[in-house]
Amino acid sequence: MRYIEPHAHMVSRVTDDYERMAIAGCEVVCEPAFWAGFDRSSAAGFYDYFCQLTGHEPARAAKFGLKHFSWLCINPKEAEDVKLAEEVIALIPEFLNCPNVLGIGEIGLNKNSRNELKVLEMHVALAARYHQLILVHTPHLEDKLKGTRLILDVLKSDRRIRPERVIIDHVEEHTVGLVLDAGFWAGMTLYPETKCSPARAIDILETYGQEQIWLNSACDWGISDPLAVPKTALEMKKRGHPAAVIDKVIYQNPKLFLGQCPKFKISSKDR
Amino acid sequence: MTQQQVLDLYFLDARHKLIEVAAFLDRVERADGKDDFRLKAFRAALGRLNDGQNEKVKQVLLAFSDPTTRPIAKAKGKSAAGAWAGKTG
Ligand SMILES: [Zn+2]
Repeated sequence: MRYIEPHAHMVSRVTDDYERMAIAGCEVVCEPAFWAGFDRSSAAGFYDYFCQLTGHEPARAAKFGLKHFSWLCINPKEAEDVKLAEEVIALIPEFLNCPNVLGIGEIGLNKNSRNELKVLEMHVALAARYHQLILVHTPHLEDKLKGTRLILDVLKSDRRIRPERVIIDHVEEHTVGLVLDAGFWAGMTLYPETKCSPARAIDILETYGQEQIWLNSACDWGISDPLAVPKTALEMKKRGHPAAVIDKVIYQNPKLFLGQCPKFKISSKDR
Repeated sequence: MTQQQVLDLYFLDARHKLIEVAAFLDRVERADGKDDFRLKAFRAALGRLNDGQNEKVKQVLLAFSDPTTRPIAKAKGKSAAGAWAGKTG
């Protein structure tokens, strides 16, 4: 089995996880910028983080034959402070030419506040100006439905944004239809307690089809599973899904979306 | 998959989860003090399982969701409770 992990926070994981992922068939890991679990005190903290995502982490992954790509932004959990967000967003353009940067993400909303929305709009404008792909985080739990609607409004109101170049992540049964119907890509996150289980993610694939959708673990510093994607592939197999369908969902689909960024190459031959 | 295949693959797991829900309700009802909006939302969501509607998981998720549409004035914290408290912030 081969797969792409399109959303993992490897800075929070031990090196053994890279080894386990490589053994399980992972070829590529993509890492959106996110909240560290505590608030950074200045834009300089983000500058160091962006250096980690574009330099140190790809080197750590390469030791296990894994390609590492990243996405840059200030995450919605730190977006209540608009002045800090402006300073961080001003840092991003100098990193956009790094060979492993795929776009702007994971931007979005957390508590659906006015300031979060303002910072989301700033990020969307940045992505439009520099022709970047966008990866969107939708809020957790009771805030997800409302947040997804607000995010869709922002994206649809900017005429420069093409939906097929945006993935809206952490969809569940009450939001996946909204996202796909509007022409965006949808990400399903396999995360204990708060997001999709493998069984539910496969239910969604069986109900909504296998176009413009991917699976990710979003493994981070919380209790989470860097092998959630291959475990879900195994469950698809148990349900009788053919190997070609499994390969489409865990390999071809992320390759198709991410390949819209010319820097995304899987190997020298780019199979 | 046929219904038999679904039952073979998922019945024991679903039975286990249902018993955990029952035990949670016994536990919280046995405890002293007051409940809050979370338990009320939980009971409302449980009700959606038996009202004959399709898309039960969607109905349960909607029962826990903030139905309002306007952004709140300010984010007071970062975490989510799992159920809407019923205020518009
Ligand atoms: Zn994430």
